[in-house]
Amino acid sequence: MSGQFQSAQSPPALSPQDAVERALQVAKSDDCLVIADESSSANLRWAGNTLTTNGVSRSRQLTVIAISRGHDGARVGVVSRAGVTDDQIPDIVAEAEHEAAEGPTAEDAQPLVTSAAGAADGDWDQLPAATEIGVFAHFAQELGGAFATAASSGRKLYGFAEHDLTSTYLGSSTGLRLRHDQPTGRLELNAKSADMAKSAWAGISTPDFKNVDVSSLEADLAQRLGWADRSVELPADRYETLLPPTALADLLIYMYWSAGAKDALDGRTVFSKPGGGTRIGERLSGLPLSLHSDPAAPGLKAAPFVIAHASSRDSSVFDNGLSKGHTDWIANGTLAALTQTRYTAHLSGEPVTPAIDNLIMDVPDPAGSLADLVGKTGRGLLLTCLWYIREVDPQTLLLTGLTRDGVYLIENGEVTAAVNNFRFNESPVGMLSRITEVGATTPTLPREWGDYFTRAAMPPVRVEGFNMSSVSQAS
Amino acid sequence: MDQNQNGNRGPGRIDPEFLAYPLRGLADAALTRAAQLGASHSDFRAERIRGQQIGLSDGNLETVFDSDDLGLAVRVVVDGTWGFASAVDLTPEAAAQAAAEAVDVARVAAAINSEPIELADEPAHGDVTWLSAYEVDPFGISVGEKIELLADWSGRLLAADGVNHVDASLLQVKECKFYTDGATTAAQQRVRLHPSLTAVAVGPDGRFETMRTLAPPAGRGYEYLTGTGWDFNSELAEIPGLLAAKLAAPSVDAGHYDLVIDPSNLFLTIHESIGHATELDRALGYEAAYAGTSFATFDKLGKLQYGSPIMHVTGDRTAEHGLATIGYDDEGVAGQSWDLISGGVLAGYQLDRRMAALKDLGRSNGCAFGDSPSHMPIQRMANVSLQPAVGGPSTQELIGGVTDGIYIVGDKSWSIDMQRYNFQFTGQRFFRIKNGQLAGQLRDVAYQATTTDFWNSMEAVGGPETYVLGGAFNCGKGQPGQVAPVSHGCPSVVMRGIRILNTAQEAGA
Repeated sequence: MSGQFQSAQSPPALSPQDAVERALQVAKSDDCLVIADESSSANLRWAGNTLTTNGVSRSRQLTVIAISRGHDGARVGVVSRAGVTDDQIPDIVAEAEHEAAEGPTAEDAQPLVTSAAGAADGDWDQLPAATEIGVFAHFAQELGGAFATAASSGRKLYGFAEHDLTSTYLGSSTGLRLRHDQPTGRLELNAKSADMAKSAWAGISTPDFKNVDVSSLEADLAQRLGWADRSVELPADRYETLLPPTALADLLIYMYWSAGAKDALDGRTVFSKPGGGTRIGERLSGLPLSLHSDPAAPGLKAAPFVIAHASSRDSSVFDNGLSKGHTDWIANGTLAALTQTRYTAHLSGEPVTPAIDNLIMDVPDPAGSLADLVGKTGRGLLLTCLWYIREVDPQTLLLTGLTRDGVYLIENGEVTAAVNNFRFNESPVGMLSRITEVGATTPTLPREWGDYFTRAAMPPVRVEGFNMSSVSQAS
Repeated sequence: MDQNQNGNRGPGRIDPEFLAYPLRGLADAALTRAAQLGASHSDFRAERIRGQQIGLSDGNLETVFDSDDLGLAVRVVVDGTWGFASAVDLTPEAAAQAAAEAVDVARVAAAINSEPIELADEPAHGDVTWLSAYEVDPFGISVGEKIELLADWSGRLLAADGVNHVDASLLQVKECKFYTDGATTAAQQRVRLHPSLTAVAVGPDGRFETMRTLAPPAGRGYEYLTGTGWDFNSELAEIPGLLAAKLAAPSVDAGHYDLVIDPSNLFLTIHESIGHATELDRALGYEAAYAGTSFATFDKLGKLQYGSPIMHVTGDRTAEHGLATIGYDDEGVAGQSWDLISGGVLAGYQLDRRMAALKDLGRSNGCAFGDSPSHMPIQRMANVSLQPAVGGPSTQELIGGVTDGIYIVGDKSWSIDMQRYNFQFTGQRFFRIKNGQLAGQLRDVAYQATTTDFWNSMEAVGGPETYVLGGAFNCGKGQPGQVAPVSHGCPSVVMRGIRILNTAQEAGA
C-alpha cells in the first residue's frame, strides 16, 4: 500500500487474509486457490454545471477455486460470494469441490504455480487499503469553482470522477500468498455551449486525485469550444487524420483484447495465418512502432502476477500467481506476441505472455507533440475522441464507431474550423500500415473503454486515408 | 403480503435464504439513522444476485463461474442533494453506517449541486411481493447436467461437415430485491437465462464465418432449455447448412435495398434508435457526457414524426418473460405500460421519479433500476416494443412484396451516435430477395441509416404471428457503469431504400 489512503475504518469481521487461510484450511480437494477482493469506491457525477448522482460503495468477495485431479485430467469448480462470514466458508469450499467433482475435465489444466517471480506491492499481513468520499474534498471545491467560471461564460460542464481501490489477496494450496493493491481513478470533463451545439472533452487517469488541475482542463475545453466558432460541413471520405492519444488508445485496446492466441490458432481472428498458425513475426507497420505492456510502468502500475477468477479463452485459473513482466506485443513494427496462457503457449510453442492491465505505444524518435503534428499538416482532420466502437468483421478486425466532442479542420498548420461528426469504419490492424507520423507518448484516458481500461500511454499519430464512412448529425 | 398476479407461475416463493436476513430490521436501522441525520427522503434496498456462467469451447469445459452478490444500499436526499452509500455486511450496524455515509456524501456533494432534488409522488403500495414467470429454478439444476446439455448441443454442431469450432455459453441470473421507502415495501425475485451457441467455419483460404443461434435471452427458468419457449433442436439442425451457405455466399454489392428485417435483428435496432432515444434523462442532457443525449428532445413531444404512421411503440415493465419486467421499480413505483410512439409520432418517455417531477409529468412510469446494491438507481430502459399489425401479413408475405432486397436475420454488430441519429448494424444471416423469393445468402452486409429516415421508410409491419420478444442482458448506461437486462418485442417489417455497405470494402479490400 502506498500510504496515501486510509485503511478501512473498521476491519471486517473476518479479514481477507483470514478468509483465504480458513478456506485453504478446510479444502479437501487436490489443489485449491482462494482469492479475496476488498474494494472501495467513491464517485461524483455532474451535468449542466450541477451534481446529478454520487456515491460510495464497498464490496468484499471471496472466490474459491477447487481442483480435483485424476488420471484423465483436472476438474475445476469456481464459486464466488460477496460478504462471506467465517461460518459460511466451509459451505463455499464444499460447493466449489462439489462442482469440481461433477464437471468434465478442464482443457487448460496445468500444475499450480508454486512461487512467483513478480513481487507483490504490499505486505500480506496489512489491512486492505480503502478509499472514501474525502478523496474528492479538494477536487469538489475546485470543480464548484469551474462550474461558476463556466456558467459565467455561457458554458455547461458535464462529467464524472471516480476513485476505486481494490486489494486482492491470492492464496493457494501450493503455498502462494500474494497481495496486490490497485488504485484506479479517472476524471472526465465535458464542456458544451449553452445551445449544446458545440462540445469538447478531456479526460485523465489518476491514481489519487492529488494533482488534478480542474481549472486548466476547463480552460483547455473553453479554447476548443472557441475553435468551433467557425464550422464547415465535410462529406464522408477518406481523410488524412490526426488521432490524439485517447483515440489511438481506444482502437489499440480493442486490438489488444482481440489478440488472444487461442482464437488466432483456431483460425478465427485477424491474427490467424491462412492455412494455420498465427501472424507472429509479420510486419504490421513500416515505422518502428513498439506496443507493449509492463506491470511496473511508472504511473500505470498494474498487477505483477496473474489474477484469474475464472478461466476463459484468454485466461486460466491454473495460472494464478504467475509472474508478469514487460511484454512487447509489437516490436519495431512487427507482431511479436499474442496474449497467452500456459495452456495456449503449449499449443502455439510461443512464450507464456499473459495479458497485462496497461498498454503503451511509442517510437524511438517521436515527432513532437500533438500541436507539433497540427503545425506540420497541410490539410487534414484533428479528432478529439472516438465513441461507440464495435467490431464489424473479425476477419479484418474492422471496427465502426463515431467521432465525438470535436472534429476540427486543419489547414496550413492551423485549426481553422470545427467539422461535423462522422461514423468511421476502420481496422486498427490495417491502420498500423497507414500511420505516417508518430508523436511523443503521453499518459491518456481511453474515452470509450475507460470503464474497463484506464492505464494507457499513447502518442498522437497521423493516419493516411482514415475511413469516414458517413456523416453523423450528432453534435 | 400481497401476491402480485403477474408472473405468479414460478416456484411460488422468494429465495428463503434471502428472506432469512433481517431485512426489515436492516431497513429500520438505515432509515432511522438517515432521518436522525437530517435526510428529507431515504430509501433502502437489500439485494442478493446469484449468477452462473458456463462456457464450452468445442465441447470442452472452458468456464464455470458461480457468483453471489449480496449487499444493501441507502439513498438519501439531504437539503436537496442526493447521497448514496452501500455496504456488504447485512447487519443493522452496517445499515446504519451506510445511512450515515450517504448523508456525508450528500454534504460533500452539496458544493456542486444547484438543482434541488424533487421526486414525483407515487401511491403507497404497502407490503407487496412479486415473482417473475418461470417454472424451474436454474440454480436448482446441477452444473453437471447443464454442461452435459451444452456439450451435447456442441457435439451435434461439431459433427456436421464444415463446422470447425463451436462456442457454447449459458448465463443465468436470479435477482432477489427488498425495497422500502416506508410507504412501499416490496420483496421481489426474477430469473433470466441466456443460452447461446456459435458455430465457426474456416475455409481453406483462411476466410472464416460464424453463425450464432437466434434464441433470445428470456425471463424464463430452466424449462427454456428443455422445450418451453424455444425449439433448440430444430435451430441446431439448421445451423451447419446455413453456415456453409454463408461461407460460400457472394459478397454483397453496396447500394440501397429494400429490407425485410426479422425480429431477431430488429429488436436491437429498436433498442438503440428508440429505446435509448426516449429516455427522458438523456433527452434532458443528464447523460450528455457519457451515453449521450437524444434527438427526440422534450420540445418535440407530441410533434416529432418519428416514423411512418403504422409505427406504434410501447414501453412496459409488465410483459410476461420480459427482461425488464418487474412488479415495482427501485423507487417503489408499480410496473406499467404506456405509449412511446403512436401513429408514428413521439408520444412519451421513460421516466423515474425525479425525471417525472422535473417536467411535471405526474407519476413516474417506473423505470428506476440499480444493477447491484453497489450502485445508485438511475432511469433504465423498460421493455420497448414495436407492436404488430392486427391481422397483418406473415414474414413470407412481406418477403413476397419485395422485388429486389435483402432479408436480414439475427443480430451481431451495432453502433449508434451520441444523439441516436446515425446507426450501423450487421446481422447473422442475409438472404437475397429477388421477385418476392429468397435467392441464397450474401455476406459482408451492414446497414446504415439515420433514425427518423429509417423508421419513416417502414412500409409494412407483420402480424402477431411474426412477433418475437428479443433482448439483451447487457444494456450499459451511467457512470459508474451499470448493466441492465431488457427485452424488445417486434414483428417482421419492410423498410424501403436502406443503405447497404460492403464491410470488406469498408476495411479497404
